[in-house]
Amino acid sequence: MAAERFSLEGVAAVPGVPKPDPVVVIDDLGRAFGGIQAVDVAHLEVQRGTITSLIGPNGAGKTTLFNVLTGFDRPQHGRWQLNGGPLVGIPAFRVARLGMVRTFQLTKSLARLTVLENLMVAAKDQVGESFWGSLFGNWRPIEAANEDKALASLERFGLRHMAGEYAGGLSGGQRKLLEMARALMVDPEVVMLDEPTAGVNPALTQSLLEHIKNLRRDGMTVVFIEHDMDVVQEISDWVICMSQGRLIAEGPPGEVARNPSVIDAYLGKHHGEIT
Amino acid sequence: MDLGKILIDAGRAAVGVPAAVYALSAIGLNLQFGYTGLLNFGHVASMLVGAYGLAITVDQGGSMWLGIVVGLILAVLLGLLMGVPTLRLRADYLAIVTIAVGEILRLVVRSRFAAPLTNALSGIQGFADSFYDLNPIPVGQYGIGTFRFDERLTFVLLVGWGLVGLTTLLIRRLTRSPWGRVIRAIREDEDAARSLGKNVFAYKLQSLMVGSAIGGLAGIVLAIAQQNVGPDNYLPLLTFYAFTIVIVGGPGTLRGPIIGSVIFWFVFSFFDGFMTGAVTEGWFGDLLDATDIGPIRFALFGVVLMWLMTYRPQGIFGKREELLIADGR
Repeated sequence: MAAERFSLEGVAAVPGVPKPDPVVVIDDLGRAFGGIQAVDVAHLEVQRGTITSLIGPNGAGKTTLFNVLTGFDRPQHGRWQLNGGPLVGIPAFRVARLGMVRTFQLTKSLARLTVLENLMVAAKDQVGESFWGSLFGNWRPIEAANEDKALASLERFGLRHMAGEYAGGLSGGQRKLLEMARALMVDPEVVMLDEPTAGVNPALTQSLLEHIKNLRRDGMTVVFIEHDMDVVQEISDWVICMSQGRLIAEGPPGEVARNPSVIDAYLGKHHGEIT
Repeated sequence: MDLGKILIDAGRAAVGVPAAVYALSAIGLNLQFGYTGLLNFGHVASMLVGAYGLAITVDQGGSMWLGIVVGLILAVLLGLLMGVPTLRLRADYLAIVTIAVGEILRLVVRSRFAAPLTNALSGIQGFADSFYDLNPIPVGQYGIGTFRFDERLTFVLLVGWGLVGLTTLLIRRLTRSPWGRVIRAIREDEDAARSLGKNVFAYKLQSLMVGSAIGGLAGIVLAIAQQNVGPDNYLPLLTFYAFTIVIVGGPGTLRGPIIGSVIFWFVFSFFDGFMTGAVTEGWFGDLLDATDIGPIRFALFGVVLMWLMTYRPQGIFGKREELLIADGR
């Protein structure tokens, strides 16, 4: 979308470059496992309302970065914030409530809950979810409103006919859709998708990408990890490339794809050199 | 061998005080294990603190009602105490810690230094007289034919099964609410629940505390029925009886613990009567004598459990499709 891309026009394609309206800001973030520095990012900003792809070879630290940002992992050092509010030391469930919701590389469908229940459980501000509220609270009207919202969402994701089925009975691709629909029930500002298209057939991938574009249209910021460069080129406003825990390039998709250090990281150094 | 009498005795056991107590205990465990997925191997500890809370309070001069309140509060605190250090860790750690807590508590109440309060090995007796004073049922025998109970037992049974009914209603209200949906989500995948903004630790703690309170109630009913508490009534075996009952009935179902307990005690008593008859009539010659009956009925129950796990692994009331899904993950 041209309008969104325009918001990043004139931003230099340099790692760590400041953005006009950053929603996520990371500073001096380090996460090591033993002697391996999994993430080592000096500075990174994510522009609000864009689709930002996070690419890089296996082991580049993309998922670790996701884990740290969403409170699922603790780094050795660093600061990171959402909408200007610090997220350091905030537990995962609170990060989600603050508006940053993630999905997982290996889908985590709640197998023995129905598809509808999978969405209902994600809804915010249900008084019946507190212990005393469940016994004495008037939660049924909220439940009815949430159910309407959940059914509408299932309709949009083409899962309406599966609403009463156990989520464990869905196909791999349907689970990816379910996980995305479920994350949206939290009404997030920032959606972090960890390889949403992995293991999904091409037709379903297209429909997933349409859903991701719709998130941007609805004003959300999407950060997603992706390996398929065609997908990245098609929908990203901005691309960030990591390698061995470091930020090696960022910029508009076309520019990053031509960046020599990105090509090196993916194909190995010295490719094509005749010695 | 009188098969009719054996069946009637088994029927008595199926509705008897132990069946009611174990149903109650299993209801608490089912909330923790069946709905929330917590492996609490120290459930007997809740029964112990409930029973001792009552017995010690009355023994020290308190009223029975105060004793019941003390027992329940101690059971809730026990859930809190076991949960806080372990619930952030992986599920297996909870299992290890809880089984240890159960044994530690039993050894503490059994020890000499605790004797001024607990009477060590001798335990405490005769603390429930005021319960039987409340009995509104006139002296007599109640029931049909040979299936009869005296007024005292009838009273205990009514109260015991009444509490089973009330706690089942409580669990029903809890588990069919959004709260119940969150704990089931945690059972399925706690990281997913966390990523959706649910405070997993708090929910697990609540489930552990409520389940422990129900276990404490079971301990209180048992103590009142027996007018006796003693450390060795609370062996780890009781936890595994409760697990057996939950699994037989179907974990994560409302009726499961009740039906599971009834079946458990019916089958157990039936094997007891049948083996006693068979040994007395010399079916096994010199191979088995009366002292072997105790262990043999456990072995036979084990066979029944294996048969059940083979042909109906989801338990009697569990849903088959849930199990297939759980396998397919």
